[in-house]
Amino acid sequence: MTDGAITAGAARVSAHVSILGATIGGAFRRNRARLALSVLAIALGVALGFAVQLINQAAIGEFAGSMATLSGNADLEVRGPRAGFDEALFVNLALDADIAVASPVLEVDARIKGRDDALTILGVDVFRAGAVTPALLPDAADPLDALRADRVFLSPAAAAWLALRAGDTVIVQVGLREVPLMVAGMVQSASSQPYAVMDIAGAQERFDRIGRLTRIDLRLRPGVDAATVRARLQSGLPAGVAIAAPQARADATTRMSRAYRVNLNVLALVALFTGGLLVFSTQALSVVRRRAQFALLRTLGLTRRRLVAMLLVEGVIVGAAGSLLGLLAGYLLATLALRYFGADLGAGFFRGVAPNIAIDPLAAAVFAALGILAALLGGLVPALEAAHTAPAAALKAGDDAIVFRPLAPAWTGVALLLTAALAAALPPILALPLFGYLAIALLLVGTLLLMPRLATLLLALPPTPRRVPAALALAQLRGTQGQTTVSLAGIVASVSLMVAMAIMVGSFRQSLDDWLVRILPADLYVRSGAAGDSAFFGPAEQRKFTGLSGVRRVDFLRVQSLLLDSSQARVVLLARDLPAGNPARALPLVAEAPAPAHVDGDPPQVWISEAFADLFGYAPGRAITLPLAGRAVTFVVAGVWRDYARQQGAIVMERALYVSLTGDEAVNDAALTLEAGTNIARLRHELEARLGATGQLTFAEPGEIRAISLRIFDRTFAVTYALEAAAVGLGLVGLSSSFGALVFARRREFGMLRHLGLTKAQIAGMLATEGLLVSGIGLIVGMGLGWLMSLVLIFVVNRQSFHWSMDLHVPWTTLLVLAGALLSLATATTLVSARAAMSGDAVRAVKDDW
Amino acid sequence: MLNLRAVNRTFAGPRPRAVLRNVSLDVASGEFIAIMGESGSGKSTLLNLIAGLDRPDSGTVEVGGTDLAALDDDALTRLRRERMGFVFQAFHVLPYLSVAQNVALPLALLDQRGPEADARVAAMLDAVGLGSRGASMPRELSGGELQRVAIARALVHRPAIVLADEPTGNLDADSATSVMALLRAQLRAEGATGIVVTHSRAAAAIADRVLLLDADGLRATALPAAR
Repeated sequence: MTDGAITAGAARVSAHVSILGATIGGAFRRNRARLALSVLAIALGVALGFAVQLINQAAIGEFAGSMATLSGNADLEVRGPRAGFDEALFVNLALDADIAVASPVLEVDARIKGRDDALTILGVDVFRAGAVTPALLPDAADPLDALRADRVFLSPAAAAWLALRAGDTVIVQVGLREVPLMVAGMVQSASSQPYAVMDIAGAQERFDRIGRLTRIDLRLRPGVDAATVRARLQSGLPAGVAIAAPQARADATTRMSRAYRVNLNVLALVALFTGGLLVFSTQALSVVRRRAQFALLRTLGLTRRRLVAMLLVEGVIVGAAGSLLGLLAGYLLATLALRYFGADLGAGFFRGVAPNIAIDPLAAAVFAALGILAALLGGLVPALEAAHTAPAAALKAGDDAIVFRPLAPAWTGVALLLTAALAAALPPILALPLFGYLAIALLLVGTLLLMPRLATLLLALPPTPRRVPAALALAQLRGTQGQTTVSLAGIVASVSLMVAMAIMVGSFRQSLDDWLVRILPADLYVRSGAAGDSAFFGPAEQRKFTGLSGVRRVDFLRVQSLLLDSSQARVVLLARDLPAGNPARALPLVAEAPAPAHVDGDPPQVWISEAFADLFGYAPGRAITLPLAGRAVTFVVAGVWRDYARQQGAIVMERALYVSLTGDEAVNDAALTLEAGTNIARLRHELEARLGATGQLTFAEPGEIRAISLRIFDRTFAVTYALEAAAVGLGLVGLSSSFGALVFARRREFGMLRHLGLTKAQIAGMLATEGLLVSGIGLIVGMGLGWLMSLVLIFVVNRQSFHWSMDLHVPWTTLLVLAGALLSLATATTLVSARAAMSGDAVRAVKDDW
Repeated sequence: MLNLRAVNRTFAGPRPRAVLRNVSLDVASGEFIAIMGESGSGKSTLLNLIAGLDRPDSGTVEVGGTDLAALDDDALTRLRRERMGFVFQAFHVLPYLSVAQNVALPLALLDQRGPEADARVAAMLDAVGLGSRGASMPRELSGGELQRVAIARALVHRPAIVLADEPTGNLDADSATSVMALLRAQLRAEGATGIVVTHSRAAAAIADRVLLLDADGLRATALPAAR
């Protein structure tokens, strides 16, 4: 190639670049407000996604790190129920030929006096722990302190949390007793988890767990295969005790929170989708406004491909700006969310984990790419539309027809809706409702593809009004359905997402409230301790509940946890006094076994929660074997009950049966049914005096528990709901802005109508009618679609994610407010747009050559 | 029918521009006049003042004996609706209404509906040679046909005066001649006064009078020689 040719080529490229730059720059300058909204919408989606990712990554990383620290270099660990297992097992394992070191651990969550918090205390054998879990080794000035029963050593995080130093005393609650423990020093640990370490014998003695262990950490001899040892030892372990790699425990916890984390990510993607839709709407109308400009460029020799590329570059610029802003905002959001809501965003996972945010370049790149992709896809359809337009028609003066072809034939929309119905019926994949999400996406896209048909059908319904402005409005909408569909797509998507969320949250809240009423039938609840598992009422204390004045009935509850599968979290066992004759009456059952007469010799009954049924695959009528006191006991599942409190699964059995099988007579809670008119304050005082436990008991009336529970619910959902509302709200404002642009683009039409004798008020009325009709159709379709999506959310996504069912409750008031707000916004927008469109000279609007 | 007396109009701005200076004009009922002048000479401004879409800085504009200065915006709108028709250079036919609906629009604004109105619309479409195209949509019509629709719309409600601003500006020579002949014929048939602003000598040639608007004002002229 010659120098001249290269120079000419470079000049051509330079000319192209400068033309494209000028065209894009001009478009951006003229649409600053709409451009800013598009950038903000993309930024919001990217920010949400990136923040959720940063928080999850930090939380899981820190949690896994802490678990690894506390497990040290153990190859395997033996775990059992929370209450522990017989320490005789330790002796057997310690003598096993394949095991180099066996380190026994007793872990207790001890309630701290005067606080509603529990401190995890690990009783260890210092002579063995040093070889397996160095992070549990006390750093004692006096080495004998590590063996003294009343001495504890705090991790740096615990010392900071409790503001304690060596020499201070921490008082914990055991049963209803106060047990002082002196802080003898620290443990050398980099973990951010607060915990304390003490001698295991001391712990067993101080916490009334003589002869019990909760864990044995094992280090194998060099060259021994962990899987082989595991398989060999498992068969000899008592029921309810399992041997597994330490990682399994961390995996079980992170798996339990996975559905929640994935749901948050999906919410972020929804926000990103809304952003993409806003870019689509803005670009579509921008293309409409520049029809003649593009036609001129095409006439002058710009190819279709270059025109599409130019418009896609606009989308990429919007996406890149939004992504950059979103990444910055996401980082800030993650930092703030961690500070104010914790690592689990208030959902109750990863307690005690205090991670720091670290920027992950890969996650940043992925979310930036997603932001750009959303904007790119948003701009693709308008770009293709612009390239499709015949230049001659677009250049013709007076050619105001704006045509958007339907993206796909109507049958594709119907096919997608049918596929959505099928997807909603499919089971979860990897415990995630992936088909549920797919069903929602298909419902949305299918409906959007059907919008031209739906709009035609709905616009054909009203008769042509007599009044000219209204008749013109209807004719305009009927005649420019492509354009109407562009506006409708955004409204339908925004409304449906809001409605779906509103119905799901409303249903959940109402179901939770109904559930609380059902499971809290007593008048007063007394808990032995506000937190942890060290407090309880022994038989002597239980007897002191009898004969209390004004108390008609007392029901006790024992809470324990069982390990059924080392790859899952422990399940909760609730042993409670149940109504004689009809124990199921006390439970919010969702399924029951057929009730044959229960005869002696039949397995005793248990009732399992929905989460338990899903996680372990049980159904009413089936036999189930549970490990109780080291023995495998067979029960029959009598029913499945709804439980919003324990996502890991729970089992209810009669307490008398539990006591007879385990010999464990302690209870954690008491439910008091009172005589009418009983003075609760006096009763509390009397009970505290009888038990000698002033300040240790926790009293709660059902109303308080309901209020607290609903407050926690509202707080948990407030974050996601507010962010979602912000995304959708931004989308609606953007659409309003786009509608304004569309109105502005029609000012020649208004000018002509003013010439013909329409007053400004009549034109404003015409536009208001158009706005109301479009919003009305958007509301009707959006609410219908939102209702369908909410069904998928309620009966598929929530059920498969969190294993709880809920009843459908439509929050009519919220929806009416939403509808009113949308119609008001539409009317206000049209009126403002009308004023703006007619503020200029109506005369000039009809001039082409002014 | 139309009387302008000493009308002045200056457009404000960083550099104020006097567009009309001391313009006076009398047009009799049924008369058809053409106003010519260079671009920017104020032809369209003059039409806008006559239509009540703009107000003079000084001077009076009377239409059918009514001083437009005495009318508020609503009254001016009613005046245009009842007594005026318009033909624009860019046709301005509503793309979402059929040809017949476009023509019927002025009647609908006057609340004239039913068989009588339909018959009037049909008659006007026949008169402009589009009798068979009433159900067509504007996108199916050529430029010349669209301007015929505009002429039918301008006259369908029997206005006293029709204002046409460059009605042939977007048409080829043959269509322009045909449209102007049609406009002339229809104005005569309906007894309406016509004022057409144009650059076109051919268009102006069929007017009863031709006036030239320039910096010195409005004056009668013979057709300017072609340049």
